[in-house]
Amino acid sequence: MSAKKATHAFSKRPSRQKSFETFIAGFYRVATYLVIIAAGYIFINIAWNGSKAVFTTKAPFINIAFLTQKPQTLHVYEPKEIYNELKSINAQIVSTKAKSKALGSGEKEQIAMFKADVEALEERYEMLDEERKEGRLMYSDSEYRKLDESPSEELYAYNNYAYSGGGIGPAIVGTCLLVAGSIAIALTLGVLCAVYLSEYSRPGRMLQAIRLSIMNLSGVPSIVFGLFGFGMFVLFFGWGVSMIAGWFTLAIMALPVIITASEESMRAIPKGFREGSLALGASKWTSIRTNVLPYALPGILTSSIMGIARVAGETAPIMFTAAFALRDQLPWEGLKEPTDFFFQGVMALPYHIYVVSAKIPQNEYTRNMQYGAAFVFLFIVGFFALSSIVLRVKIRKKYKW
Amino acid sequence: MSETSTPTTRNESEKPTIIEIRNFDFAYGDSQALFDINMDIKEKEVTAFIGPSGCGKSTFLRCFNRMNDLIDIAKIKGGEIKISDVNIYDKDVDVIELRKHVGMVFQKSNPFPKSIYDNIAYGLRIQGVKKKSALDEVVEECLRGAALWDEVKDRLNESALGMSGGQQQRLCIARALAVKPKILLMDEPCSALDPIATAKVEELIHQLKKEYTIVIVTHNMQQAARVSDKTAFFYIGKLIEFSKTDDIFMNPKDPQTEAYISGRFG
Repeated sequence: MSAKKATHAFSKRPSRQKSFETFIAGFYRVATYLVIIAAGYIFINIAWNGSKAVFTTKAPFINIAFLTQKPQTLHVYEPKEIYNELKSINAQIVSTKAKSKALGSGEKEQIAMFKADVEALEERYEMLDEERKEGRLMYSDSEYRKLDESPSEELYAYNNYAYSGGGIGPAIVGTCLLVAGSIAIALTLGVLCAVYLSEYSRPGRMLQAIRLSIMNLSGVPSIVFGLFGFGMFVLFFGWGVSMIAGWFTLAIMALPVIITASEESMRAIPKGFREGSLALGASKWTSIRTNVLPYALPGILTSSIMGIARVAGETAPIMFTAAFALRDQLPWEGLKEPTDFFFQGVMALPYHIYVVSAKIPQNEYTRNMQYGAAFVFLFIVGFFALSSIVLRVKIRKKYKW
Repeated sequence: MSETSTPTTRNESEKPTIIEIRNFDFAYGDSQALFDINMDIKEKEVTAFIGPSGCGKSTFLRCFNRMNDLIDIAKIKGGEIKISDVNIYDKDVDVIELRKHVGMVFQKSNPFPKSIYDNIAYGLRIQGVKKKSALDEVVEECLRGAALWDEVKDRLNESALGMSGGQQQRLCIARALAVKPKILLMDEPCSALDPIATAKVEELIHQLKKEYTIVIVTHNMQQAARVSDKTAFFYIGKLIEFSKTDDIFMNPKDPQTEAYISGRFG
């Protein structure tokens, strides 16, 4: 059809199929960019707001108190004059808005006048608010108790806000302990199971059924795991709300991912390595230990740590099994016997985020805690993911085929 | 290598039988792969198995060190294989001991992704040998035995995967020698190698013949003619003809053998 323009056999000719392909490619590109934008927005938002809590302008630039202290009640003293004026302005704004709403749609002039009033009031409010922020005194619980005398009640209006002062130290420690323990349990159980499934079991209906049920397990909602852990470990085994109950609950939740990934990594090892070592007189286990597991290890570790990191972010499974909303002592403090270490509840970041976001009255001070905790949590999860990648690269270099 | 194609026949009658196969039937699930095989393999000889693809020669070879145990559906239907007068499928036979006695080299060279040294030492290490001096000695001995020492002595700690294909295959032979087997099974050891590497492996087989009994499966009839003392021709799971290599290639008794070696099929 466009033969008249074609100068040689391979010159470009437009066709419907080509334009369709361009369209499809553009479509994929847009979808990808949308995902990247969404992810970027989430990360930047959390990082930006969270860094306000985690970093400071003065050396050492990291808010060590936030990372180490326990969550505390925040005691706030605000200059009384400004506080009262702000209150009255607020009341005026509310009443003006109510009046404006009561008017019919015909009285446009009046409405415009009210609107201007509200704007002026809001401007004034913001100005005063800045002043209030400069003039206020804030004490966390521990600081508050050390005060020789509290600021005079005549000059300052007093309020206190639970969970808004101090830091998230115990939650960080608790999360790290929970992750470490559940990695140990899940890796041991998962790898043992995967070795059996990929190396020892005989293929057949039974094996397929087992695989299917393991895969199904990964589709079970996390709250169900939480309830299972509560029923099994907390109540039936009588461990109470404790770290060890949380370890097992998280580990069981991560198992499907670990088993599937480990099995796949092991099956990706060439048959020749197994046969080669068996032919040299290795027993089956020796052959697996020396010639399958080491080479499968990078794959196993990467996917397992990623799986655990994801599971560690869940609130539901630890909510009933391991997490305390507030605990004054760090896990190694005040132990009567060494075994008590395992049977104590801990604070955990995901649950702490849930508590400060949903369980307490919201105010301007909790916001800082929420974002700070979320930011630190993201950082920890990122650290685990990164370490798994580094580990993989290192081991992969050692064993390459 | 033309002089080697005439196997030494003068003391053939003195050589004792090391592998004795009687009425051997073998099946994968419902499909029988080997039918009623009888064969005597003599000590310190090279025996070649030839035949078209799927004729069961590799399967048969893998019965000698019970590699087929790894396949779930593989089953011995009848008969027996005796190595040094022991039925290797007896219940009290330890497969590990058997495999130490009967080494194997695979079609696809499979050095472990470790150093050259570790590859050779593997067989001893899994037996619990830890002494460095003992390992050093065996590594050198085996590499010399596989005519590889001069090529790799300066890079024993480098990865075995950096070697050429032919070197890798000879490394696998050296690795098999480390556990001091009596019998060496080779499953098409040269199928992935170029002619020069193949020549080296064949040369090695000639040297190894002095100490080891070698059974080799090959697709390459010239290779069988070059390296072996006896040749067995398999067709669809049956042993069609088994005799001295010269006899098989010069005047085959069975018409199928003749058709195969003259290139009319296979």
